[in-house]
Amino acid sequence: MSRSLKKGPYIHFKLEKKIMDNVESGKKSVIKTWSRASMIAPEFVGQTIAVHNGNKFIPVYVTENMVGHKLGEFSPTRIFRGHAGKKDKGKK
Amino acid sequence: MARIAGVDIPNNKRGEIALTYIYGIGRSASQNILKQAGVSFDKKVQDWNDEEQNNIRTVIGDQFKVEGELRSETQLNIKRLMDIGCYRGIRHRLGLPLRGQSTKNNARTRKGRKKTVANKKKVTK
Repeated sequence: MSRSLKKGPYIHFKLEKKIMDNVESGKKSVIKTWSRASMIAPEFVGQTIAVHNGNKFIPVYVTENMVGHKLGEFSPTRIFRGHAGKKDKGKK
Repeated sequence: MARIAGVDIPNNKRGEIALTYIYGIGRSASQNILKQAGVSFDKKVQDWNDEEQNNIRTVIGDQFKVEGELRSETQLNIKRLMDIGCYRGIRHRLGLPLRGQSTKNNARTRKGRKKTVANKKKVTK
């Protein structure tokens, strides 16, 4: 179920503040965040945000198309390295 | 035989069913169209006169996205997801389900026919 429109999009307040500081001063510093659930607002475009995936920060360069998605969608939490014994058939 | 929305040629079925042969029109959209065009649901396609056919054509043309146009729109949406590299886009690229379904078993609609993996060695005991 989608979020009630009354509340508006969820953006973590500290992240929003940092972004606004960056926008006002015209800086492009990378912002680290753990807030994967925050929605990407139009102001984020052009900023680079390092989104935590539980292990490390994945830098995400925000483009116009990404507006409306959540930050976590761009920072995968699982790495699939292939099935066991698929490449090394001769072994064992 | 009538030709509506380009290539589609629904046959001697009831109008309500025949219209669903067009990509992008299901039962409810079909009923909606016939209602607006003032044609009975039960009237067979072969019994439609020219005026009724034209009404139906204009209703579809004005209010519905069907066939090629709709297909290309869907493809564009998918392409957008893949280009921005979000989770859903990645799943599209891998050909796996997008909405958190389990992929341990099943998920055959997305993964396609079963690919048998060469025999796993039995544990000797």
